[in-house]
Amino acid sequence: MTLVIQLIFGLVAALIIGAAMMVVLVRNVIHAALWLIACFFGVGALYLLLQAEFLAVVQVLIYVGAISILILFAIMLTRQVTGEGVRQLVGGWRLWLTVAISALLFAVVIVPTVASQQWNVPPPLGPEGAPEPLAGPAELGRGFVSEFLLQFEVAGVLLTVALIGAIVVAYEERARRRRVLTLAEEHELRKRAAASDQPAGD
Amino acid sequence: MTNAIPLEAVLVVAGALFCIGLFGALSRRNMVGILMGVELMLNAVNINLVAFWRYLEPRFITGQTFALFVIAVAAAEAAVGLAMIIAIYRSWQTVNADSVDSLRG
Repeated sequence: MTLVIQLIFGLVAALIIGAAMMVVLVRNVIHAALWLIACFFGVGALYLLLQAEFLAVVQVLIYVGAISILILFAIMLTRQVTGEGVRQLVGGWRLWLTVAISALLFAVVIVPTVASQQWNVPPPLGPEGAPEPLAGPAELGRGFVSEFLLQFEVAGVLLTVALIGAIVVAYEERARRRRVLTLAEEHELRKRAAASDQPAGD
Repeated sequence: MTNAIPLEAVLVVAGALFCIGLFGALSRRNMVGILMGVELMLNAVNINLVAFWRYLEPRFITGQTFALFVIAVAAAEAAVGLAMIIAIYRSWQTVNADSVDSLRG
């Protein structure tokens, strides 16, 4: 059993790290967004492994279902960004500086701190063999209407304000709206441009 | 579960995810790419919160509650950030963070 759990953890960790690497390195931004969805799924699987079932469901609903779709829509609304020929990462010394910052943060700060700390994990509670008492969705719901009521309301207000703010920021007057070409029209234009480049022999 | 995987392993995975997200947020030129890096960093923080809840305080809901609030704030941040990217694209015709420099001295 232990070996199976370790194997699953290794696979999930490889999925998370590999997908995250693809997100930051791949050229096409739409592909990066799709790898981001894979990474969110991996994080959800890790929550499931850590026995936070409710959070795993919330992760899939909000990150995979909402935020990824939002990002894909933003990519589609801002054209000329999927371009293969366009350089996607900063160049020269700035790239090496960012590589150095993130690598040093990981290798010099995070790993030694985690490794040198005595974490003092308490042993599983309750009698041997019995399931451990874990806080589940029922306790979470009870906490949201009693202990964390103020924070819950503040989060609701924040989401409402963010929604209205997003509409206001992205709103465009109908009169100022430019005609946006559909993908089919753009394809037709490109075909026509390619045809006019050819010598008019045939 | 807690016997099979040491807490350090989960923390190292979350730290690696955070550093990859930081690299993406710093090195991408596309503003949507920067936002994706920020989302990766927020996910790394959430993994940390859930891991500490599971290993150190499994009987209390504080860790999961904090992770839920982080998810709510991340959703708000993504909505506003992407709306700003669309507004910037309308007036500048670009999503390259380097070429939006009208506040540069």
